[in-house]
Amino acid sequence: MDVKSKRSGRSSASTLLDPAILMPAVGGAVRKLDPRQMVRNPVMFCVEVVAVLTTLLVLRDAVTGIGGAGTAVTGFSVQIVVWLWFTLVFANFAEAVAEGRGKAQAASLRKTRTETGAKRLENGTVHTVPATALKPGDLVLVEAGDIIPSDGEVVEGVASVNEAAITGESAPVIRESGGDRSAVTGGTQVISDHITVRITAAPGSTFLDRMISLVEGAQRQKTPNEIALNILLAGLTIVFVIAVATIPSFAAYAGGSVGVLVLVALFVTLIPTTIGALLSAIGIAGMDRLVRFNVLAMSGRAVEAAGDVDTLLLDKTGTITLGNRQAAEFLPVAGVGEEELADAAQLASLADETPEGRSIVVLAKQEYDIRARAMEEMHATFVPFTAQTRISGIDTGGTVIRKGAVDAVLAHVRGPQPRVAAAGGRGVVALGTALQPAADPAERELLAIAERVAKAGGTPLAVAKDGRLLGIIHLKDIVKGGIRERFAALRQMGIRTVMITGDNPMTAAAIAAEAGVDDFLAQATPEAKLQLIRDEQAKGKLVAMCGDGTNDAPALAQADVGVAMNTGTVAAREAGNMVDLDSDPTKLIEIVEIGKQLLMTRGALTTFSIANDVAKYFAIIPAMFLAFYPQLQALNVMGLHSPESAILSAIIFNALIIVALIPLALRGVRYRAVGAASLLRRNLLIYGLGGLVVPFAGIKAIDLAVTALGLI
Amino acid sequence: MTVNGWMQILLFLVLVAAVTRPLGGFMTRVFTGERTLLSPVLEPVERGLYRLAGVDETTEQHWVTYAVSMLLFSAAGMLLLYALQRLQAVLPLNPLDMAAVPADLAFNTAASFTTNTNWQNYGGETTLGHLVQMAGLTFHNYVSAATGIALAVALVRGFARASARTVGNFWVDLTRCTLYVLLPLCLVYALFLVWQGVPQTLAGAVDATTLEGAKQTISLGPVASQEAIKMLGTNGGGFFNANSAHPFENPNALTNLVQMLSIFALGAGLTNLFGRMVGDERQGWAILAAMGLLFVAGVTIAYWAEAQGNPAFAAFGIDGSAGNMEGKETRFGIAATALFATVTTAASCGAVNAMHDSFMPLGGMVPMINMMLGEIIVGGVGAGLYGMLLFAIVALFVAGLMVGRTPEYLGKKLEAKEVKMTMLAILCLPLMMLGFTAVAVVLDTGTASMANAGPHGFSEALYAYVSGAANNGSAFGGLTGNTPWYNVTIAIAMLVGRFLVIVPMMAIAGSLAGKARATASAGTFPTHDGLFVGLLVGVILIVGGLTFFPALALGPLVEHLAMTAGTLF
Repeated sequence: MDVKSKRSGRSSASTLLDPAILMPAVGGAVRKLDPRQMVRNPVMFCVEVVAVLTTLLVLRDAVTGIGGAGTAVTGFSVQIVVWLWFTLVFANFAEAVAEGRGKAQAASLRKTRTETGAKRLENGTVHTVPATALKPGDLVLVEAGDIIPSDGEVVEGVASVNEAAITGESAPVIRESGGDRSAVTGGTQVISDHITVRITAAPGSTFLDRMISLVEGAQRQKTPNEIALNILLAGLTIVFVIAVATIPSFAAYAGGSVGVLVLVALFVTLIPTTIGALLSAIGIAGMDRLVRFNVLAMSGRAVEAAGDVDTLLLDKTGTITLGNRQAAEFLPVAGVGEEELADAAQLASLADETPEGRSIVVLAKQEYDIRARAMEEMHATFVPFTAQTRISGIDTGGTVIRKGAVDAVLAHVRGPQPRVAAAGGRGVVALGTALQPAADPAERELLAIAERVAKAGGTPLAVAKDGRLLGIIHLKDIVKGGIRERFAALRQMGIRTVMITGDNPMTAAAIAAEAGVDDFLAQATPEAKLQLIRDEQAKGKLVAMCGDGTNDAPALAQADVGVAMNTGTVAAREAGNMVDLDSDPTKLIEIVEIGKQLLMTRGALTTFSIANDVAKYFAIIPAMFLAFYPQLQALNVMGLHSPESAILSAIIFNALIIVALIPLALRGVRYRAVGAASLLRRNLLIYGLGGLVVPFAGIKAIDLAVTALGLI
Repeated sequence: MTVNGWMQILLFLVLVAAVTRPLGGFMTRVFTGERTLLSPVLEPVERGLYRLAGVDETTEQHWVTYAVSMLLFSAAGMLLLYALQRLQAVLPLNPLDMAAVPADLAFNTAASFTTNTNWQNYGGETTLGHLVQMAGLTFHNYVSAATGIALAVALVRGFARASARTVGNFWVDLTRCTLYVLLPLCLVYALFLVWQGVPQTLAGAVDATTLEGAKQTISLGPVASQEAIKMLGTNGGGFFNANSAHPFENPNALTNLVQMLSIFALGAGLTNLFGRMVGDERQGWAILAAMGLLFVAGVTIAYWAEAQGNPAFAAFGIDGSAGNMEGKETRFGIAATALFATVTTAASCGAVNAMHDSFMPLGGMVPMINMMLGEIIVGGVGAGLYGMLLFAIVALFVAGLMVGRTPEYLGKKLEAKEVKMTMLAILCLPLMMLGFTAVAVVLDTGTASMANAGPHGFSEALYAYVSGAANNGSAFGGLTGNTPWYNVTIAIAMLVGRFLVIVPMMAIAGSLAGKARATASAGTFPTHDGLFVGLLVGVILIVGGLTFFPALALGPLVEHLAMTAGTLF
C-alpha cells in the first residue's frame, strides 16, 4: 500500500507490541471473563462453563481428598484447570489488545474535542451558547481562530479550515457555501475569514462522536459473515459435545473409565478455540486498519462488502489521471516550425500560473531548450484568461500572442465579429459544429489537428501570433504512474474497473485505453452513474464507488461500498458507508484490499483451527484409553511420554497457539493481488497443511518440555 | 492382492465413469421437463396420473410446500407398509401363510423402507408374503428412491436458479423420476437378471430331495423385479435373508459386476445432472472426483485388509495366502467382495454379497467409515448428492474466506441461514450414531444381542446404528437386531437420519433459489479443479470423520491391533 498513514502521531500507538496497549489489555482480559460478555462468543463460553465446572470439581476433590472421577487431586489436574483458564484469558487478551489500539486512537480524538462555545445567530444578533446547546438548523457564525462547534454546512462565506483534528492533515482546506465543499466538521478550526454555518448534527451524534465510538468499538456489532461463522463454530462445538459425551459409555463397555478432566481436555482441544478466541480480534483489527488508513467505515458490514466488490467505479480526474492536464507536444500548422510554436506558446504561458500553463513552459524548455524569460525585461503585458474571452496571452514589443480554446482563438484571429456562443469549457465539444465553415487552409488544418488531438484523449489548445495561426498545443490527461499495473492487478483479483468521466466518449475511450480500465462511462451524469450501479447489481455484482458532491449521494447510497470524501457535502457523507478523511479517491483500491485481507484472515485461522484437530486426537485418544486397551499405544504416533504428559501438552498447545497467533490476527494475513486460485493454493498450503503439521511438532515439543521440567 | 483383483476394481471404476454422462444427460432432460426418447409412450401415462391425482403439473412449489408434500407422502407410505405387514395374514398373495408381523418389527421395517434404508431385522423368505414384498417393499423401493432423487434435484434447482421463489413440484418430480428413470431401467435390468438365472415367479417354494435323501424347501418368488430396484434405487433390502450373497439374487460374477454398477449408476449420473443444471459440467465432475478419491482410498484399505487374511490362522499351519474367505462367496472372491462392500456402503444401498461381520477389523471399518461420513461417496440416489453438497457448503464456508470474499458456491452467497441449516443436518448423524451406540453398549438389552465380546461386539452395535442413521441398511451381522430395543431405536435413527437431514436441506434449497446468482470472475473461489476436490475431501474427513475417531479406536482399530498381537474376540 503506497498511501501511508498521515497520522504519524497516532499510528505510533498501533505497533503490535506497544506496552501502553499490552499492559491495560492484561487487566481487560481478566475483566472480560464476565460470563455476560463471554456469552457473545459461543465457543469460548463453552470453555468457560467447562472451566468453572472442573475448577469446582478439583476444589471439591481437594476438600474431600478423593474425587468422584476416581482420581486424587494431583499436579496434573491442577495444571489442566490452570491451562483451561489460561486459554480463556489468552482469548480475551487478543480481543483486549485489538480494542486497546482503537481505544488509544479514541483517546487522542477525545483530546481534540474540547468544550467549545458557539456564536449562535438569532435574528441577526450573535449569542454565545455552549456547543452542546446547538440543534440542527441553528445558524452559527464561525470566525478566524474559532473551533467549529458542530457539524454543519456553510451557508455563507468562504474560509480556510484546519481539519487536522479529524484527518491528521495540517494543510488547511477551503470550505465555502454552495458547491461540493460546503461541509464542515465539528472540532475543526477556521484559520482565516469567517463563515456562517447551518448546524446539521444533533449533540452527541456529530461526526467526531461517531468516529470516537467507531474506533473504540463501543457499538461494534457482529457482521453478517461473523454471525455465520459463529454458527458454524457453535455447530462444530455441538458435534464435539456428542463425540466426547459418548466416550464414558464406550469406555464403560470396554471395562474401563475415563476421568472427567481428560474428557474436558479432549473437548476443549477439539472445539475450534483458536478461531473462536481470535474471531472478534480479527474483526476489530480490520476496522482498525481502515481507521489508521484514515478511512472510517460506518459498519463492519461495509468492510466485508469491500472484500466482495466486483466492480469499482473510479472517477477519472484525480484517481486515474493527475488532476491537471499537461502539455505533451506542439503541433504546428504547415509553414510554421515546431520551435516557433513552442517559443510562442512558452511566451504566452510565462505568466500563466495554472498547472497547464506551467507545463507548457516546462515542455518548451525540455524539448527545444527554450529558456524561460523574465517578463519585466521584455516589457510585456500579460493578458489573463477570462471566462468571456477564454483566451490568454502576452503583448510584448508589438507582438500579440494568444492561446486558448480552439474556437476562441479562431474568433480572435478572425477579428471582431459576432462571437460564437461559447459551448462548454475548453471548446472540445463545440469543435467543428459551432464554428463557421473554415475557409482558410490554415484554419482547416488547425481544426484537423485539433480533432486528432481530441480523438487521442487530449485537449487541443490553439496558439496564434499577430493574427496568424501557429498550431496546437496538445494538452494531455496524464495517467497516473503505475495505475495501469494496479488495474491489471485488480483484474487478476476478478475486479472490473469502470472509469467515470464527464469527457465525451471519444476522449474517454482514449484515456480508458491508456489507463487500462475495463470500461468507461463518458459524459457521466449522476443519473447515469446510478443506473450503471443498478445494472451491475442486477447482475449479482457488488459495486464500490467514491464521491463527494451532493449529486453523488444517490449513487453513494446505492453502491454496496460508498466512500464519501471528507471534503464532500454533508449529503454525500451521510449517503456513503465509509468516509475517507484524506479525500483521496485512489484509496478505494486499498479499501478493497483491506476488506479482502479481513476475510482472508478469518478463513485462514478457521482452516488452521479445524486442521489442528487431527493432531490433538492423536495426542489424546491413545492416552485416554491406554489404561484398558494398551494396544492403542500404536496410535501414539508422536511418541508422547505418558498419557498425562500427552493430554497436558495438547491443552498447553491449544492455549499457546492463541497467543502465538495474536499478531497474525491483528496484522492480517498477507494479501497479494493475484487470482483467487493462486491465493487459495497458497493459503491452503500455509494454513491448511500447516494446520495439520504444526500441532504435531508443537505438541511433541511441549511434551518434551513438560517431561524435562518434571511437570508430570 | 492380485492383478486380477485390481483389474476388476479398475473395470468397475471405468464403467461408472462411462455411464455418468449419458445418465446425467437423460435425467437432466427428464427433470427439466424436456422431451425424451420415452415421451411418446409415457407422456399420456404421466398426464393421466396427474389427472387422476388432481396435480397441476404446471404449478411449482415453494420449498416449504415441496418439503411438506414429501413428508406427507412418506408418512402415508410408511403407514401403508405398517398396515400391510400387520394384516398380511388376512390379505391375499400369501402362499406360505405368513403370520402378522409383530408391532415393533413392523414399525422398524416400515421406517426402514420408507427411508430408503432397507435395514432388515427379519428374514424375508420366512417372514413376508408376496403381497408385502411387492406392494409394500418393492413399492417403497421405487418411491423412496424417487423421493431422494426429487429432493436432490430440488436442491440443484436452488443452485441453478436465481431470484426464484420455487424449487419445482414434488409430485411431478416423483412421477417423472419413477416413470421415466426407474421403471424403464428396472424393466430391462430385471429381464437381464432373469436371463442370468434369477427367479421371477409368484410360486411360493419348491421342495427338493437332496442327495442324502433329505427334503429341502427352496423359497422362490418375484426376486428379479425386486432385485433390480433394490440396486438401482440404492435400497438394498434383499428378497432373501442372505441378500446378494444368495445365488438366486446374485448368481454369478457378471451379475455381481452389474449389481455394483447399478448401485452407483444413478448417484454418479446425478453429479452430472448437477453440473449440467448449474451450467458447468465440470462442477459435477469435481464432486464426483471427490467421491472417487474417498472411494478408491476405501476400497484399497478394504481389499488390502481382506487379502491379508487372519494372521492367527498361520499358527494352525493354514495357508493364509487366499486371504480372509470367511463369510465370502467363492464365486466372487476377495476383490469383488471387498469392492462390493465398499460400494454398497459408500452408496446407501446396503445390499451385501458377503457377511461384513466376518471381515478383518480394518476391512469392516471401511464400510463403517463410508456410512459415518454420511454416505456421500456417490451415496444413496439423491441423498448422496445432497449430502455431498452440504459438505461442499461447509468446505467453502471454512476455506472460502481464504480468497478474500465472503463464501459463495456457484455464485450463491453462503450466509448465516445456509450455515445454520447445514450444521443442523450434519449434527443429526453423529447424534444418532454415537448417541444410540453409547446407550446400547451399557444396557443389558443392548449387549445381550451381541454375538461377540469386546471390541468386535462394540463394532456390531456401532455398525447397526451407523447403518440405520445413514440409511444404508446393510448389517454387520452378529447382532440380533429383532428385539424391541433395537427395532425401535434403529427405526428412530433411520427416520431422523433421513428426514431431519432433508428438511434443513430443503430450507437451503429454498434460500439459495431466492438469491441472485453472481457471475464468476478471477476473484471467485474455483470449485471445479483439483484444489477444491482436495479441500472437500479434507473437510469431509476432518469434520465428518474425526468425530468418530474415539468410537473407531475402541472398535475396529483396537480389534486390529489386538489381532496382530494375537488376541481375538
